[in-house]
Amino acid sequence: MDYATLLQVLASTLRLATPLLLACLAGLYSERSGIFDIGLEGKMLMAAMASGAIAAMTGSAWIGLAAGIGASLLLAALHGVASITFRGNQLISGVALNFVASGATVLIAQALFQQGGRTPPLTGAARFEPLALPFVDTLKGVPLFGPFYAQVLSGHSILVYLALAAVPASWWLLYRTRFGLRLRAVGENPESVDTAGVSVIRLRYTAVALTGVLCGVAGAYMATALQAGFGREMTAGRGYIALAALIFAKWRPWSALWATLLFGFLQALALRPDVIEGTLHMKIPVSFLDALPYILTVIVLAGFVGRAIPPRAGGEPYVKER
Amino acid sequence: MTKLPTWADLVLVPLISLVLAAAISALVILGIGGDPVEAVKVMVDGALGSPYGWGYTLYYTTSFIFTGLGVTVAYHAGQFNIGGEGQAQLGGLGVALVCLALPWPHWTLALPAAMVGAALFGAAWAAVPAWLQAKRGSHIVITTIMFNYIAAALIVYLLVEVLRPAGQMDPATPRFPKGAALPGFHEIPGLSLIFTSKVPANVTFFVALLACVGVWLLLWRTRLGYEIRAFGKSNSAARYAGISPVKVILLSMLISGGLSGLMAINNVMGEAGRLLQNSAEGAGFIGIAVALMGRNHPLGVFLAAFLFGFLYQGGAEMGLWTSIPIELRLLVQGLVILFTGALDTMVRMMIAPFFRPRRKEAA
Repeated sequence: MDYATLLQVLASTLRLATPLLLACLAGLYSERSGIFDIGLEGKMLMAAMASGAIAAMTGSAWIGLAAGIGASLLLAALHGVASITFRGNQLISGVALNFVASGATVLIAQALFQQGGRTPPLTGAARFEPLALPFVDTLKGVPLFGPFYAQVLSGHSILVYLALAAVPASWWLLYRTRFGLRLRAVGENPESVDTAGVSVIRLRYTAVALTGVLCGVAGAYMATALQAGFGREMTAGRGYIALAALIFAKWRPWSALWATLLFGFLQALALRPDVIEGTLHMKIPVSFLDALPYILTVIVLAGFVGRAIPPRAGGEPYVKER
Repeated sequence: MTKLPTWADLVLVPLISLVLAAAISALVILGIGGDPVEAVKVMVDGALGSPYGWGYTLYYTTSFIFTGLGVTVAYHAGQFNIGGEGQAQLGGLGVALVCLALPWPHWTLALPAAMVGAALFGAAWAAVPAWLQAKRGSHIVITTIMFNYIAAALIVYLLVEVLRPAGQMDPATPRFPKGAALPGFHEIPGLSLIFTSKVPANVTFFVALLACVGVWLLLWRTRLGYEIRAFGKSNSAARYAGISPVKVILLSMLISGGLSGLMAINNVMGEAGRLLQNSAEGAGFIGIAVALMGRNHPLGVFLAAFLFGFLYQGGAEMGLWTSIPIELRLLVQGLVILFTGALDTMVRMMIAPFFRPRRKEAA
């Protein structure tokens, strides 16, 4: 593989890792607060449909983004009501909402546009356009780094940089603020948080809302930046890959970045079978690359390569003592 | 909270959940400019209005019984098996390998062999998540989700690279020999008087009914069933009583995977006659809704499977004859899972006031 091809694959890695990273950080907040969420997929799908539809109607990607976040928040609120207020089974609620999203997105898109469950193709300001980072031209002459800066780091939509910025921001929020300390505590030992006079319910709802916002951005990115419009089942299991990445990252923000970049790299490779064949001089089935994130996650879950220990109170509804 | 009488818990709660799911679906149909009454009419007519419709409804029912029973057995052991979809796909692989291995002379010989293949492959696909849960404490929900995706990738690979006959374009196995074809309802003496045209419902339906009885016997009439239920109710109490957690988790998941795998004799052997991509078509996931709706009892599973069979066939007809997309099925499925599985406390709270006064009198 020559340097130019490597840069192409890396650029596409960053593009494909972005929705995974956003969804992974989304899951991080929810699960760190003790609410399991396998509904990341459904929230992304709902957001993708809403942002695609609204961006097509208004011609503004930003209004589309807001609509996507709104739609995702709606599902997050349902998950919150089911799992926090009514203390229902969080896993079942997540599974249910994924099906609701699969069905509702197509129904709504079809009712709005009559295009077989798709939204119309987006053009111009209805999409997030690629941004050129500063000094691209100045650095062009620098060997190795110049092309890397121009082709891999520069030229993505603003949501990609937003996702990358969300990593240090999440780290700071979780480990350097009072809110973060409480959030982590409520996922490990909600009784202690309750004893300290902080509302477990409110903290968990806040976490679930943060999950909704980030999944909303992830879905909007899918429909208005990565692709031009919503198509049925367009998230194609990315919510589950994000969940896998979250386990891979052991519920930590910086590790989430590396895990999603790795999984994004695998997705980028799966799109370029010629590159793999040229580099390894053997044929690797695309299905194997598709399955690799899941296989790696199972290995990590099995505890053979460093143990993944979830937040201790995860999945347990909190019953306040009287 | 008021404890509801058993009948209310078993009958009223699922019924109200169903009514809520139907009501929301009706609102959605209104919202997208459809007519809910017309939709229900088309569904009932398409699914139950003709022998042809019944033939499809019972065909779907058969698949959902198997996957629903699969979820049920695991559920009683406290394991939430979301891997039914992957296990059913692997079951299909088992069926295909058995059917293609020999030039089967008659279906009565092919069926038992294919059932063994289906159950073994389905169970094998559940074995790794089960072992990881029992021995290493890896969360079974996550591992079974991962195994669904791994199964899909594996089947695609095998169909494209290995099992596809030379010169064939679509990724599928060759057709099974004639002797491995299961008789449909239109070919069974007696039933053929009603089902005059070709329908996909086949003898597997009766195997599914036997499986219901078998699961009931297993759970409530055997030592293993007792151990499974005891472990599901309280891990620590069961462990204290000398029940091995590893054994219960492994066996319940193997049976669960085997039952999900058995679904493949209905769709792969009974209907398609060859293994195709995505053969389970989501039936593994519907098993979750069926088990929750059926309150994890074989009789309930049977009734819920029939309900979803109706929903699937009726939904397909609705997609064909009205402007409402077929995806409404997914919405209803999600809502049923939501209300019966996650919001059941809410439903109980809704009906609890009606049961309070009587308790006061009794006390």
